[in-house]
Amino acid sequence: MSAEKQRCSRGVSVAIRNVSIAFDGRTVLKSFDIEISAGEFVAIVGRSGCGKSTLLRSVVGLETPQSGTITLGDVAASNTNDKPDVRVMFQDSRLLPWRRILPNVMLGLEPALIPQARRVLAQVGLAERANDWPATLSGGQRQRVALARALVHDPNLLLLDEPLGSLDALTRIEMQQLIEDVWRSRGFTAMLVTHDVAEAVSLADRVILIEGGRVALDEVVNIPRPRTRGSARFAALEERILGHVLQRRPVF
Amino acid sequence: MFAMRPCKERYREFSRRPNAERNAVHQRQSSSLMKTQVHLRTLVKQALPWVVPISLLIAWQWASSAGILPSRFLPAPRAVLRSFFELSASGELWLHVRVSTLRAVAGFGVGGGLGLLLGLLTGSLRWAETLLDTTIQMVRNIPPLALIPLVILWFGIDESAKLFLVALGVFFPVYINTFHGIRSVDRGLLEMGRTYGLSGWPLYREIILPGALPSILVGVRFSLGLMWVILIVAETISARSGIGYMTMNAREFMQTDVMVVGILLYAILGKLADLLAKGLERYWLRWNPAYQTGR
Repeated sequence: MSAEKQRCSRGVSVAIRNVSIAFDGRTVLKSFDIEISAGEFVAIVGRSGCGKSTLLRSVVGLETPQSGTITLGDVAASNTNDKPDVRVMFQDSRLLPWRRILPNVMLGLEPALIPQARRVLAQVGLAERANDWPATLSGGQRQRVALARALVHDPNLLLLDEPLGSLDALTRIEMQQLIEDVWRSRGFTAMLVTHDVAEAVSLADRVILIEGGRVALDEVVNIPRPRTRGSARFAALEERILGHVLQRRPVF
Repeated sequence: MFAMRPCKERYREFSRRPNAERNAVHQRQSSSLMKTQVHLRTLVKQALPWVVPISLLIAWQWASSAGILPSRFLPAPRAVLRSFFELSASGELWLHVRVSTLRAVAGFGVGGGLGLLLGLLTGSLRWAETLLDTTIQMVRNIPPLALIPLVILWFGIDESAKLFLVALGVFFPVYINTFHGIRSVDRGLLEMGRTYGLSGWPLYREIILPGALPSILVGVRFSLGLMWVILIVAETISARSGIGYMTMNAREFMQTDVMVVGILLYAILGKLADLLAKGLERYWLRWNPAYQTGR
């Protein structure tokens, strides 16, 4: 159980308490509360515009909530100095087109860490592309580089903002496998925002459904890993969550 | 742009296949004939842009030798060539070319440098934009050449007058394109940079400057063209050396061949400046598929 132990040491807990965010008077999140324990993999699902991306952006400090607190471990998210290391993977890879792959992975790092960057690049299977321009890579490869760029910092919390949304179905399953593998081996806390309920069920320890700026469903996924999509439990859970998303049935 | 790439690649792969099949068929027929045909086709393709200028040159020479075109209007190409070699042998030509080039480079350095600095400033800092941009946009609408009477009054017909005019002319294209370039840097990349802890100079070096570079280089290319236009006018009005002076001086003595040499020199120097700018684009923007060699 050494992996379990490492997971606890690496990850950081996230506490979002009573957070409200509004843009131009339109409320996106109202009195929002969730607690995520260290090393947990949480998926956040919901319809477009339900505020799930805003939630992630406020955790990394790109949005400032009008009220409420977000704490990572025991440090406030707004505290930029001794905040735990938080990295984001966006829907588009956001690689710098004017830097080759290795310098992209090295963004913000000392040159002494080149061997480490190469190792992570090899871990995502792109070691031989280190000297290529991002424009020559496919969409899936670019997302793998973006993952490597996040991992090389050895983050305590990894935020995934629909990182696989624009990939084709096969590449997406491959990437899900890769993300699960690195999460299991490194033990960071992960928050995944996604449209894809099957993706949420296959990766997460817990699936949270946001509706109307509030938590509409908080479901623990009790399926042992590695999970197979064909299994009856998997399908039943996916169906149940999907039912909530589609029918807007009152949950409480 | 990124979303388009995989599609394009897939299309290229797809379109390559029938080509290969076609080649195989050709190889079976006769590969040597095929090769000569390909050679001939590329030769024609390369020669095509030169057909019109060379025909014009031939027509010009013919009209001059036939006496249709009197040499006091336009000298024969051979006369122009002869006077070019004479001027070049005496060293007079190179003196004028050197003086003009130095003026152009100095004016471009001062004006372009200031344009770049101020563009970076107003592009990056809101208060600098509020303070300066309105003024610059007003001054921009004054043609630099309209200032010639004032400039002669201020600087006489000194070197500084020409430097001032060229610098003023090249300032605005560089300024405007730098400002625009900084403002249109991808917001997503800036956001990403901030989440990776970049700010201040590292953010500038890694994301803002490279992102603005394509636009800055457009400004540089534009102002290189403008640089010669302004210098020509400045030199023909008030100078004691330079290509413009040489051309105006030749007019006094009705040396039409020297005048044409001067005019052609401007064309060549302008083309060289453009080639230089293109080279810079190729090098600095080599990450961008649109600027990669072979396209």
